[in-house]
Amino acid sequence: MTLELFLLLASALFAVGVYGALSQQSVVMVMMGLELMVNGVIVAAAAFWYFLAPAAPDGQVLVLVVIAAMTVDMAMGFAVVTLLFRARDADMTDMAAELKR
Amino acid sequence: MQTALFCVPAVVAVASGAAVFTVDSMARATYALALSFVAAGTSLLLLDLAYLGVVTILMMVMEMAIMAVFMVMFMMNPAGLMPMSMLHNKRGAAVISGGVFLALGAVALLVPWPERRGTTPADPTRAAGEAIMGSKMLVMTGVGAVLFTTIVSALVLAVSRGRYGDDEGAQDGHREGRGPHGGHGGGQDAHAGHTDHAGHGTHAASSPQEDAA
Repeated sequence: MTLELFLLLASALFAVGVYGALSQQSVVMVMMGLELMVNGVIVAAAAFWYFLAPAAPDGQVLVLVVIAAMTVDMAMGFAVVTLLFRARDADMTDMAAELKR
Repeated sequence: MQTALFCVPAVVAVASGAAVFTVDSMARATYALALSFVAAGTSLLLLDLAYLGVVTILMMVMEMAIMAVFMVMFMMNPAGLMPMSMLHNKRGAAVISGGVFLALGAVALLVPWPERRGTTPADPTRAAGEAIMGSKMLVMTGVGAVLFTTIVSALVLAVSRGRYGDDEGAQDGHREGRGPHGGHGGGQDAHAGHTDHAGHGTHAASSPQEDAA
């Protein structure tokens, strides 16, 4: 069990999340991709705390902050999706492309 | 032994994470994502992070439950009874994510990470609690403010327009049509109708005066 193994796990989770966030049309699935990416960050932060500086609690606090960020991201994402759906029945990312040039 | 213990949840986490975007059914995707999160939380437990690991697992299970509700609300095919592809730019996404994995993996393997400083505290949960209530209290206060702001702004965004919004006609029972878009338009039409009526009334009231003048 080494730092490199944990970082490889975090990289794989992040990369799978990137694939989902970029390839999916459904907003719910895009959110799932984002959650996977943040999950990779959580694993990496915990591994950095344990393998590099376990005496200081900074790494644990960073994990807590990332978990809070994940919550905020999900709440705001679904609020925007609800707003879009109310405004124009859009539940796919390609249906909300007004800012695209 | 510990490496073997780590490999099982790691493989499960990545495999079920990949399964999220390959299965047909949204419900199966949700369960796969929940399994991925539980496996990642289990790997945190191997790092002596009992509290954070359990918090991660509980939070993810709750998030998946909420996500299932949104899935039923928004998805066309939540049960996977009618397989359909909802992907775009599949090849580009695969190339980018592969590149991201290679770059991050290279960083993980090639960077000379510093030596470990100090040892794990006897009770990491207690150390985290003392940090939250002591030296890191400002951080958690900021997180609390952000979470409260999120609650308010998510409600403001998601709530339907009502008495003080654009959809005044909906309050008078003039809402017509299906769905939010139709209702929105119906409300504006109804509002325009009221204005029109008022204009007619004014005109009708002033006409005799004009005639008398």
